[in-house]
Amino acid sequence: MEILEFGFMQRALLASLMVGLVAPAVGVFLVQRRLSLLGDGLGHVALTGVAVGVLTATAPVGTALVAAVAGAVVIELVRARGRTSGDVALAVLFYGGIAGGVVLLSLAPRGRATNLEAYLFGAITTTSAGDVAVFAVITVVVLGVVWLLGQRLYAVSDDEEYARAVGLPVLALNVVLAALVAATVVLSMRVVGLLLISALMIVPSAVAQLLARSFRQTLHLACAIGLVVSVTGTTTSFYTGTPSGGTIVLLAIALFLVVTAAVAVRDATARRRHRRRAEVHAAHPHEHGAGCGHQPVPHGDHVDYDHDGHLHAPHRTGTGVHYDEHGAGRP
Amino acid sequence: MIPAIHLRDARIGYGDTAVVQGVDLTVRSGEAVAVLGSNGSGKTTLARGLLGLAAVLGGEVEVLGAPVGRLRERGRVGYVPQRHTVSGAVPATVREVVGVGRLARLGSFRRLRPADRAAVADAVAAVGLADRLCDPVASLSGGQQRRVLVARALAAEPELLVMDEPTAGVDAASQDALAAVLADVSATGTTLLVITHETGPLAGVLTRAVVVDHGRIGYDGPLAGAGAGAGGHHHPEDTGEPPRGGYRIDQPRVTTDGGR
Repeated sequence: MEILEFGFMQRALLASLMVGLVAPAVGVFLVQRRLSLLGDGLGHVALTGVAVGVLTATAPVGTALVAAVAGAVVIELVRARGRTSGDVALAVLFYGGIAGGVVLLSLAPRGRATNLEAYLFGAITTTSAGDVAVFAVITVVVLGVVWLLGQRLYAVSDDEEYARAVGLPVLALNVVLAALVAATVVLSMRVVGLLLISALMIVPSAVAQLLARSFRQTLHLACAIGLVVSVTGTTTSFYTGTPSGGTIVLLAIALFLVVTAAVAVRDATARRRHRRRAEVHAAHPHEHGAGCGHQPVPHGDHVDYDHDGHLHAPHRTGTGVHYDEHGAGRP
Repeated sequence: MIPAIHLRDARIGYGDTAVVQGVDLTVRSGEAVAVLGSNGSGKTTLARGLLGLAAVLGGEVEVLGAPVGRLRERGRVGYVPQRHTVSGAVPATVREVVGVGRLARLGSFRRLRPADRAAVADAVAAVGLADRLCDPVASLSGGQQRRVLVARALAAEPELLVMDEPTAGVDAASQDALAAVLADVSATGTTLLVITHETGPLAGVLTRAVVVDHGRIGYDGPLAGAGAGAGGHHHPEDTGEPPRGGYRIDQPRVTTDGGR
């Protein structure tokens, strides 16, 4: 493939692979915790870090990491102290972050890499070899922490009060999660962009939770979706010349819309079929019961009846007995 | 023997405001106690104080032999919150939700091992949902989800189980199922503390009643005698014959009372 002949594309694809995998692995906890926009806020804060890096001629990835992690810790401490003032405190921190970034970048001497747009919305030409190395370390650390502490992060995200009551270290786990988000934000700053990373954390999870049955399945599926849209979007952006971050996010949102529509159609079809069968059996010659001739199959708290290759579960409604389909052969 | 719960002149509340005060209460290990009271009486605050969720502002609050703030293995205290459903944004199976309860028994970094998974499966079986272990909790009925929350608490094999309104808003069949579960749990020696508006469904399990009234204990004695204690300070030994029938607060049965 010609696309791989370019060194910058190799690095961009590696970066997109890593961020595509990592962002949903962290994002799924944010969705569960109903704190979807934390990544967005930390992206704002990271911009000040980027600006400091540019001004002092140090690698902006490193300074952004420091700023974002520091911001994450501050946010969790503010949240832990009380929620009323927390909201305003977060706004101050987030907008202070982006305002500081813009102002500091404008002060940078000419000739320094001050392309604000690339930091905010992603660009495929900007990933350096050094960036790839830092990203690889971040990827390994974030995925390692999620593997090790995933069950506890789920516990705290799911029901913080319960977690506190049974003695889980709630504040520490919240700080860890916020730090993971901060690290992921930094991972995004080349191909996805600081203003768009939140979408890559949230949208793959939103797609996965439409399809999955368990949290674990959601996590794995979200990572797979993130990886595919990230690499596909980066590749597309090579051919179309569009910003990679925007392209990736539009792809993810398109997928979300398609899956949402497909699930809606599936559910509507299932409801229609259920109604049709209920109509057929409304004219049932008998109520199922002992000795009715149909094979009884115990199922939890009731009994299903094997009926022409599918299972019938009677339950009473206002208009008489109504039969649910409980699948064929599966008691 | 160390009492499961020991309160002496306890003041419990939020911030600087005491909701419960001057409470003396000792619950022996293995007892099954109902905590009764109307909305806003302070019964939930009392329980939250035992769980470290409300502040101890004065007096002594000891749980399983240790001051509540210094109880190291918090997993020894099980908690079933006042919640109708297990609602997360992301789908989760019964096994995953109950697995959270087991984490309380592990160290800071240990992941669930096969023995822990077995304990989770046992807890789910104990509440009669063994065949739903791998189903999404969202597919369960409200009463079943309530039992999932009970299983989550049982997965840690607690010595003391605190439950907040476990029967409120649950249909009769699920209430009976819950009563059977609690009878089994109580039979293993676990101490039960059940906050409730109505003892009817659990009358066979709970033996002692503590009535909280305006942040103080208004009655403490056999469950059957609690009816007369709702109004004031009253002990059944003073009157001899306790009134018949279960205890009931003459108030609309609202199932949430603002977390207090």
